[in-house]
Amino acid sequence: MLSTRDIVSIALFAALTAALGLFPPITLPATGVPITAQSMGVMLAGALIGARRGGLALLLFAVLVAIGLPLLSGGRGGIGIYFGPTAGFVLSWPVAAFVTGWLFDKHRGQPHPALSALYLIIGGIGVVYVIGWTWLAVMNGWDVAKTMGYALPFIPGDLIKVALTVVIARGVRKAIPNL
Amino acid sequence: MFELYRPGDSFLHRMRPGAKLLALAGGGTAIFLLPGLPALGAVMLAVLMIYGATGLGLGAAWAQLRPVLIIFAVLFAAQVFISGWMTGAFFITRFATLLMLAGLLTLTTRVSDMVAALEHGLEWLRPLGLNPSKISLALALALRFIPVLAQITSEVREAQRVRGLDRSIIAIAIPVIVRTLRMSDAIADAIEARGYNPDRP
Repeated sequence: MLSTRDIVSIALFAALTAALGLFPPITLPATGVPITAQSMGVMLAGALIGARRGGLALLLFAVLVAIGLPLLSGGRGGIGIYFGPTAGFVLSWPVAAFVTGWLFDKHRGQPHPALSALYLIIGGIGVVYVIGWTWLAVMNGWDVAKTMGYALPFIPGDLIKVALTVVIARGVRKAIPNL
Repeated sequence: MFELYRPGDSFLHRMRPGAKLLALAGGGTAIFLLPGLPALGAVMLAVLMIYGATGLGLGAAWAQLRPVLIIFAVLFAAQVFISGWMTGAFFITRFATLLMLAGLLTLTTRVSDMVAALEHGLEWLRPLGLNPSKISLALALALRFIPVLAQITSEVREAQRVRGLDRSIIAIAIPVIVRTLRMSDAIADAIEARGYNPDRP
């Protein structure tokens, strides 16, 4: 059962993911691919509040976008997002936060930074890519395996986000040990 | 509260959100099943006519597509490269039509009305063990927290600018999250102190 405290932290991480969308996207010089801070909300939710609350926070975020709030980076929003080519990414976020959180939940205390990074790569990159890029391929009638090749230029940016999330999550846990 | 809603008094503005959602689900499915470019073009024209008839105007229809133009261009190029011009045009027209159709719902429905419709719809989930009042609370809290967090983020950014750290995600994210999490205990206590009981059906 969800306590009032759980509901509050779910709502806060949904709002935090929205706030991360306010950071201007940074374009990586090597690949020309813009990276946004928003998907760090997914990783942070999983790493800090665990599978159940983290997954629900991102589900709540997806609902807020659907009912017409311009919360995605670049001020996009509305139910049209779920009819567009990138719908799979937004829909993958609750699953990604859940999987990331599940990996972190299995640990007592804080995992080693390298292990944290591995968890974030599996949940925050792996899950998002499998769902997001498969969706994109299917919607366009493309071969899924070939489409995954187009995803490669995005990986460096996402690895930077993993590194940032490891540092941020450690900093937060240092300030609030009994999270 | 900022939202994408455009005030107006057309038939779509007056229609109930639930009915609009059903119509959108039906229309969206139909667009997916349409076989050829001419049929899609006709539907797109019809959608544009609704934009005209509701007073939203063609500018609003264009505004639905503008943020995704780059994505469309990349997809179109890939599509032409993989399967040719006609297929590219077909898929882009389909995405554009779907986006504009869905935009009609977002532009003509207030967020508060969508929340009300959602809460009404959630009553059906009660037998499955879901508690609609908890979902309503989470929605209401998130709507309230979004401007608060945007405020905290800009305050922290302002403070870090003094140290030349206003572009460092780490120097901003840690204080924002710590402040937010410290707030959450106080908020939960305040909610329960006012008589909210999460396990009341």
